Amino acid sequence: MLKIQKLTKIYDGGVQALTDVSFDVPKGQFLAVIGLSGSGKSTLLRCINRLIEPTAGKIYWNDMDVTDASDDELRRIRRKIGMVFQHFNLVHRSSVLTNVLAGRLGYVNPAWSLVNRFPKSDMENAYKQMERVGIADKATHRADELSGGQQQRVGIARAMMQNPEMILADEPVASLDPVLAHSIMQYLEKINKEDGMTVLCSLHFLDLVHRYADRVVALNQGTLMFDGPPKDIDDAKFKDIYGRDAERVG
Amino acid sequence: MKNRKPDKFRSLKVGLFVLFALVVYAYGFQVTKVNLAETKSENRREQLFRILRALARPNIIEYEKEEFVVRVPIMIPCPEAGFTPEPIVDTTQPYMVVTPACSDPRTRVQVQGYNFEPLTRGPLNLVPFESGVNLQLESIEIDRFGNFQAEVLLPNRPSEDAHEIVAITRRNIGSPHLTRTAYDTWDKIIETVFLALLATTLGVIIAIPLSFFAARNLMKDVTSSLLGVSLSILLIPVGLFLGLQLAGWSYQVSQALTGNMMMTVSGTVLSPILVWFGLRWALPQQETKPPETNTRILRVAVMIVAAFIFIIFLYLLSSLMLTWGNALDAALGNFGFLGRFIRDLGDILNTIVRVLVALAVAGVFNSFAGRWGEALSRRKDSLSSAAHVILAIVAGAALAIMLMAIINWFYLFKDINLYYLYAGGIGAILGLLASLRYKSTEPVPSGLTLYYVSRTIFNALRSVEALVMAIVFVVWVGIGPFAGSLALALHTIASLAKLYSEQVESIMAGPLEAVQATGANRLQTIVYAVVPQIVPPYISYTMYRWDINVRMSTIIGFVGGGGIGFLLQQNINLLNYRDASAQMLAIAIVVATMDYISSVLREKYV
Repeated sequence: MLKIQKLTKIYDGGVQALTDVSFDVPKGQFLAVIGLSGSGKSTLLRCINRLIEPTAGKIYWNDMDVTDASDDELRRIRRKIGMVFQHFNLVHRSSVLTNVLAGRLGYVNPAWSLVNRFPKSDMENAYKQMERVGIADKATHRADELSGGQQQRVGIARAMMQNPEMILADEPVASLDPVLAHSIMQYLEKINKEDGMTVLCSLHFLDLVHRYADRVVALNQGTLMFDGPPKDIDDAKFKDIYGRDAERVG
Repeated sequence: MKNRKPDKFRSLKVGLFVLFALVVYAYGFQVTKVNLAETKSENRREQLFRILRALARPNIIEYEKEEFVVRVPIMIPCPEAGFTPEPIVDTTQPYMVVTPACSDPRTRVQVQGYNFEPLTRGPLNLVPFESGVNLQLESIEIDRFGNFQAEVLLPNRPSEDAHEIVAITRRNIGSPHLTRTAYDTWDKIIETVFLALLATTLGVIIAIPLSFFAARNLMKDVTSSLLGVSLSILLIPVGLFLGLQLAGWSYQVSQALTGNMMMTVSGTVLSPILVWFGLRWALPQQETKPPETNTRILRVAVMIVAAFIFIIFLYLLSSLMLTWGNALDAALGNFGFLGRFIRDLGDILNTIVRVLVALAVAGVFNSFAGRWGEALSRRKDSLSSAAHVILAIVAGAALAIMLMAIINWFYLFKDINLYYLYAGGIGAILGLLASLRYKSTEPVPSGLTLYYVSRTIFNALRSVEALVMAIVFVVWVGIGPFAGSLALALHTIASLAKLYSEQVESIMAGPLEAVQATGANRLQTIVYAVVPQIVPPYISYTMYRWDINVRMSTIIGFVGGGGIGFLLQQNINLLNYRDASAQMLAIAIVVATMDYISSVLREKYV
């Protein structure tokens, strides 16, 4: 259960990225976040695990105050929230296995992980996760030898290693072709439906939103413009979200 | 169009700019004393060509020489009675004829030689009467028939006795062999390469950890409460002191063991195993919930004991290396340097253990200071706000007094207690101001402060020429390559830390963010997201720096820092350009080779 209350973010340069954004996400929901580029989608997702420090407002996750968490508490919160990125954010020169194992860094003892020692159970789990997304044969390859779709699978496997209760996906398919986009989205849908995982996913394409999301929140210049099921986005709402000049295609 | 209007003035501006540039360059010529007449002077040109020709013939290979000496008398000037040289008796032997046989000073005479060894060469000298001095008149080359002909200018050496003109021609015999200069150059270039290697290694080891402090993207997120900063300032010196004490105690304990060889060896073998099991128990690989207080205390105790045993292990190891190194030195004969190396490593280990232990304990204290500071500031009660102000004042005063102690070390003030009082007062006021400026929960940019401080130190250090550093180190450790390598190491630290840190700043932020999002702490983030990205540039900068160090060590030699520079400078001063050329060639070969090796390495690891 995630509660966001009056979340505001003003960047150092004075750019107002988010203004009084409030909404709740019940456990197990597939929530899509839509809006134009620069509307604050990424900032919103990154505020939830405090990769970006919010300026004002509160975020509660499982009744813990994320915005006021100490370093230790934040580590415990972050390791339960998996994150998937538009540009995959893999460490290019490390092996796929190392990238996937990095998902356990929030759990393992820092001292041992610094010398690259992970418990046996983690190693087994890593191979299981890679198997699940179909990249087990690439384990020893360098991450940058993989294609875009494969890299995103590594990203998902890394997030799944965290044994998360929620996935934050920041435009996970924006750098992929439509076929790959659907396969990645289907994977997110699967873990949402089968494992009951909460998924917060920012998306560009409305057809993906209609196809996969239970619910949509829309941002326009940092303000919440819409909150409801995807089918409620009519032409008027569409123009609210994407601006007067936007044409609806598909 | 908007930018049509200023076009009128544009050509005027260009004209003014050209005029200005002309004046600048004219003044530049004046300041650098450009002297074109000098470049055209015949005399200077001759010297220049001589040097260039010498430089083009590095003194590396020589032959055994066979020497042929032929003499003929000459009178300068002609005596009144005239002068007729003795007639040549045996025209099958080499001989020379001077025409005329006598002449005034500064006049020209013809010298002809016959029956010389064909295809030899050498000087034609004038040896004034009974002086033994050789005044070179000309250098001659014998043609394939064994003859030569030369016109020489007689020097101003008037005498009533007959001088001699002596032709010395030489011929190479046997196979070529390396000159003395070549051997000396080889010795010194090897010394130079290893000097540069040691300097680079030492510099890299220290520069790598420091470079992270000078990387803005890593440091800007490091913040802590003012309470944490104050506690750190107060506790780090305590940690350093206790660390030194701890190292001292461990050393005494290890000394008790080293009396007996068996004890030393078994101690060295057993202690790491003990430490390993201790750590395996005290640091479980992963934990889902925080441990109970009792377990925690026990773990901390075990870790302290393990650390103590580990320090003793290091001391035992160092003493083992000292003993065995000496034994090997005696036993190995020519390879004794291996034994001496082990002994020196033991000695170095013995020295740095103290420093490392002090730094480690200070680090532990610092991390506790951060935790306690954060915990205290989060309480938000009267105790925390009182501590916020009081600790800031005390820490400010303490920091100022410590800085004053350092300043005093340099300047040796007379009335130091008064200075301490002033410094403490100013520091306390600054601490008070800081406590008013920052609320107790507000983050203080401690990372950025550290970033600016380390940047400033590196820049200051980098701006000191390695030459100056070498002079300081020569005073400390004496003339020789050791002083040079220490000086270069110091310079390497400063410049590599800067270059490295810029590489850290230019890494991709994405992986960093992703690893942070998994809940990794700062150190884990560096190891898993930063280090893999910086390996290739670090390797190439390290190689580049080694190459710079080889070239710099030629300069270092000028002030007694060892290496090939000493030889080079000596030869230049003695005008032995052919020898200097051999040394320059050696440097060029080494630099080119290093460039090749580094490109191969880069290709392999990038």
